[in-house]
Amino acid sequence: MDQQKKTPLYEEFVRLGAKTINFGGWQMPVQFTGIKKEHAAVREAAGLFDVSHMGEISVKGEKATAFLNSVLTNDVEKLSEGRAQYTMMCYENGGTVDDLIVYYLNKNEYLLVVNAANKDKDLEWLLAHQTGGVEIDDVSAFYAQLAIQGPKAEEILQSLTDTQLQDIKFFRFHAGTSFAGVDGKALVSRTGYTGEDGFEIYLPASSAVDLWKACLEAGEEYGIQPVGLGARDTLRFEAGLPLYSQELSENITPVEAGLGFALKIDKEANYPGKAVLKKQKQSGVGRKLAGIEMLDKGIPRTGYEVYDEDGENIGFVTSGTQSPTLGKNLGLAIVKKEYTDLDQIVYVEVRKKMLKAKIINTPFYKR
Amino acid sequence: MELPKEFRYSKEHEWVKEEGDNLRIGITEFAQSELGDVVFAELPEVGDEVEVDEPFGSVESVKTVSELYAPVSGKVVEVNDELEDSPELVNESPYDKAWMIVVEPSGKSGLDDLMSADEYEAMISEDE
Repeated sequence: MDQQKKTPLYEEFVRLGAKTINFGGWQMPVQFTGIKKEHAAVREAAGLFDVSHMGEISVKGEKATAFLNSVLTNDVEKLSEGRAQYTMMCYENGGTVDDLIVYYLNKNEYLLVVNAANKDKDLEWLLAHQTGGVEIDDVSAFYAQLAIQGPKAEEILQSLTDTQLQDIKFFRFHAGTSFAGVDGKALVSRTGYTGEDGFEIYLPASSAVDLWKACLEAGEEYGIQPVGLGARDTLRFEAGLPLYSQELSENITPVEAGLGFALKIDKEANYPGKAVLKKQKQSGVGRKLAGIEMLDKGIPRTGYEVYDEDGENIGFVTSGTQSPTLGKNLGLAIVKKEYTDLDQIVYVEVRKKMLKAKIINTPFYKR
Repeated sequence: MELPKEFRYSKEHEWVKEEGDNLRIGITEFAQSELGDVVFAELPEVGDEVEVDEPFGSVESVKTVSELYAPVSGKVVEVNDELEDSPELVNESPYDKAWMIVVEPSGKSGLDDLMSADEYEAMISEDE
């Protein structure tokens, strides 16, 4: 068996009795006490996640802004100090290399946060497009990343820092933050992957255990729970947030996935995929991501095929589960556009049976 | 981990309890713990035939789907309908309230091919 990478918090997972799985080459907790309980804690109080497996890539140099604008789909020129942006890297055919967040640290100095399983591929992609005056470094090993999410997240985290968290708006951040045990070296942003309010904190790996413990201790009276990747997936699913390899992939463009807001087709800079994506955005796509709710008993799962009433294949499920918050069997699916109207009846093939479902609005959950 | 001594066990993590000529079947404590929160169980109907080592239904947790493999061959004579509305019983009471089916074995029961509690325990501790 390949040696799996461990985050600085691995010993804490073991101590807390977490069940771990291999995720993108990392040994990560899938659950601590149970997916439903952890999911509910985030919706009702707060949850603490170790997401140190995420990749961090530093891009800096006099041409850094121009370079990033020529490889990322969103407009990097719109960023300024303390602002972050959700963006994509695409192939020439419009398929997705990765979805990521770019942080503007200083003039011509950026931090890219990418999916763990895509980090090496992303780095290669960036290096292949590198221009002069740009320095690209993999700084993943330096950073740990924690996420604290839920209605009580701000209150809990505020008790550990003098930085005024209420001043950090959505997709803004504060660098040089001090928390218990982390002396002025953390970056905290109001971002997340759960559909709740909350923060993500990037800090030196050596301080991760201290902050993890401090968050759990400060959050105890609020009902904070450590949360694994299982509930992270159900939370993001309900909130309609894409997971790379399911809603986005080299075969699925951001426009098809309904993420057109992260593509700027009118910006001056050219980037891989721009021509295809511009056309898709202007004249529409043949298939797109839609929400489905099962009417028959059964749960849609990744890869299940979707059919119309005549038995014609019209698409496939990208993600699905029984929504812990809503108690309904829901799915996200890429289906032919003409089948994406609200209440359209479709059929999902579940273990050789055709089960009835209907198209519903996404996101399934909004706070 | 609880393992009733009087039950027999399959390598697919089902338990089998002898009740006169019939066999009551469910999944083990270990199996439910690996699955996590169970949200759906799909079971056969009374009168259906099940065949040893073939799927007879499935159980789904929030995270995953797991097929149920028949530990013996025979005819289904009872099905636990309560699991339709309360699949969480599989987590709460795997050996009692969450029994899944009762089978009338065809011919030789096949019980001898299954493991004792001790053998099953040895198998799962090897897997870990």
